[in-house]
Amino acid sequence: MTDIVAAAFRQKTKKSKWIEEGVRWGIFLCALASVLTTFGIIFVLAKEAIPFFREVSVVDFLFGTKWNALILPRSFGVLPLLMGTILIVLGAGLIALPVGLASAIYLSEFASQRVRQTVKPVLEILAGIPTVVYGYFALTGITPILKSFNDEIPVFNALSASIVVAVMILPMVASLCDDALKAVPRSLRDGGYALGSTKTEVSLKIVVPAALSGIVASFVLAFSRAIGETMAVTLAAGGTPKMTLNPLESIQTMTAFIVQVATGDIEHGSISYHSLYAVGGLLFLITLAANLLSYKILKKYREEYE
Amino acid sequence: MSSSEHSSAPEFNSRLERRRAFSMIFKNCCAILSWLCIGVLGFLLVHIFSSGWEWISFDFIKNAPSRMPHKAGLFSALMGTIWIIVTTAAIAIPVGVSSALYLEEYAKKNRLNSFIEINISNLAGVPSIVYGILGLTLFVRFMKLGPSVLSGALTLSLLILPVIIIASREAIKAVPNSIRLSAFALGATRFQTVFHHVLPAAMPGIMTGVILALSRAIGETAPILMVGAVAYVSKAPHGIMDGFTALPIQIYNWAREAKVEFEGLAAGGIIVLLLALFMMNSVAILIRNKTQKAQS
Repeated sequence: MTDIVAAAFRQKTKKSKWIEEGVRWGIFLCALASVLTTFGIIFVLAKEAIPFFREVSVVDFLFGTKWNALILPRSFGVLPLLMGTILIVLGAGLIALPVGLASAIYLSEFASQRVRQTVKPVLEILAGIPTVVYGYFALTGITPILKSFNDEIPVFNALSASIVVAVMILPMVASLCDDALKAVPRSLRDGGYALGSTKTEVSLKIVVPAALSGIVASFVLAFSRAIGETMAVTLAAGGTPKMTLNPLESIQTMTAFIVQVATGDIEHGSISYHSLYAVGGLLFLITLAANLLSYKILKKYREEYE
Repeated sequence: MSSSEHSSAPEFNSRLERRRAFSMIFKNCCAILSWLCIGVLGFLLVHIFSSGWEWISFDFIKNAPSRMPHKAGLFSALMGTIWIIVTTAAIAIPVGVSSALYLEEYAKKNRLNSFIEINISNLAGVPSIVYGILGLTLFVRFMKLGPSVLSGALTLSLLILPVIIIASREAIKAVPNSIRLSAFALGATRFQTVFHHVLPAAMPGIMTGVILALSRAIGETAPILMVGAVAYVSKAPHGIMDGFTALPIQIYNWAREAKVEFEGLAAGGIIVLLLALFMMNSVAILIRNKTQKAQS
């Protein structure tokens, strides 16, 4: 009897060993899928950009000041698209960073529990609204308001796109800064109060400097999000690549150009088509650099409090 | 000594008043800026509902897109979105949860695994349009899947995988170690421990994360626009290899039209999209609250 049980047990262990190994490898392959995605992105961008860089030199691409990819005479200087992106990002940053930081300070240092419980969900809702909705909002909600101040402003302009991109990245800035401020230990604040500081002095001179690495990292992440933002700028900022820093003009960003090529009837395999990958590659490199920078800032300058 | 204290007291008091005044002003400025967020959200919702509400009707849900605004509807877009999301869920949930299980329960601390971890957090920061480029090139053209539901779903799956993995890992981490130790003590293998005990215990947290990830996928426009907009589609898909249009694509197309009527249609589409998001988020919050109560 015991022999039969032992034999059955052994057989079962043998079988379960197979399952064991199979599952281990199966889920390991799943984990590898994310690595393959990264390689896929890099491979696709590189492979398809090579035909482009055979015809246009890297220097001409990076420092050319005229972007005319779709109509003759063609010209592939990426600076106008880059300027468009920078214009949007700067405008959005100018609005979202101070407002986001201020509301983070308010939520973490001043607000009562009840106010926190109202404002935090609103920020979460703002963060969850799809970007195409923001694009629509910019086009039909913000632009008419801007036009009521100054009728000369064109329907597609960088300013209204900047404003909605600011609204989009604001929740991220606010909640990441809030986390950073909250992580500052209470004893530092108490030390400030014991020396007779007001609440504002404690916030601005003790808590914010102590949380600075987290705050800066959140700013960099927000910039990275704004750079990659697509639908709002495609809808609201227009489609004319231009070297300008005037937010009241129609411009085109890198992302908007990618959408224009992919959705238009551009011949597959033409140089205009391949320019999509050159611009996409540049976009990928910029956001990757920003993300790594944010990660490095957090790691290097983080103050460790026990 | 005492005379100098006397002379500094008024100066100290006047400075104190200034400091207190500044403190008040600063606090109120911060408060106003915070409440401004609520104002913006309110303005956005009022703006969309006021211009889109009159377009919401039964016909709007059941008609196909049309050049004529009064006959236009979003049936094909709605069905396309449902097809895409169900397919995305079928691909992304198993792969994402498995990756999280591997990283939390199986992975040893070595170079390869820490590379996988860093890689996942980096992928979470890649702009969605880059995934669109990947999907367009890899799935539509290279694998010859065409502008199909499958291509769109694969693209969106890659996009939300990092979100699902990160959320699932948090949920798995929160499972108390005593559960694992008890299972091992009773002679369970690792597979049995993980799949019979840890995974069910982490399920509510994983579900919450998955629903939030899927609700992000529903609203993503740029990637599926790049994958699917190659063809004009007015019919609902009947299989995963069919062409598709989706709610965000339809909204984008309407928002680009110059006519004012299409503006209203776009707002109507947005209302439907926001309602779908609202329902998904409510389910996520419901699950979260229920398990929080059960645990406490």
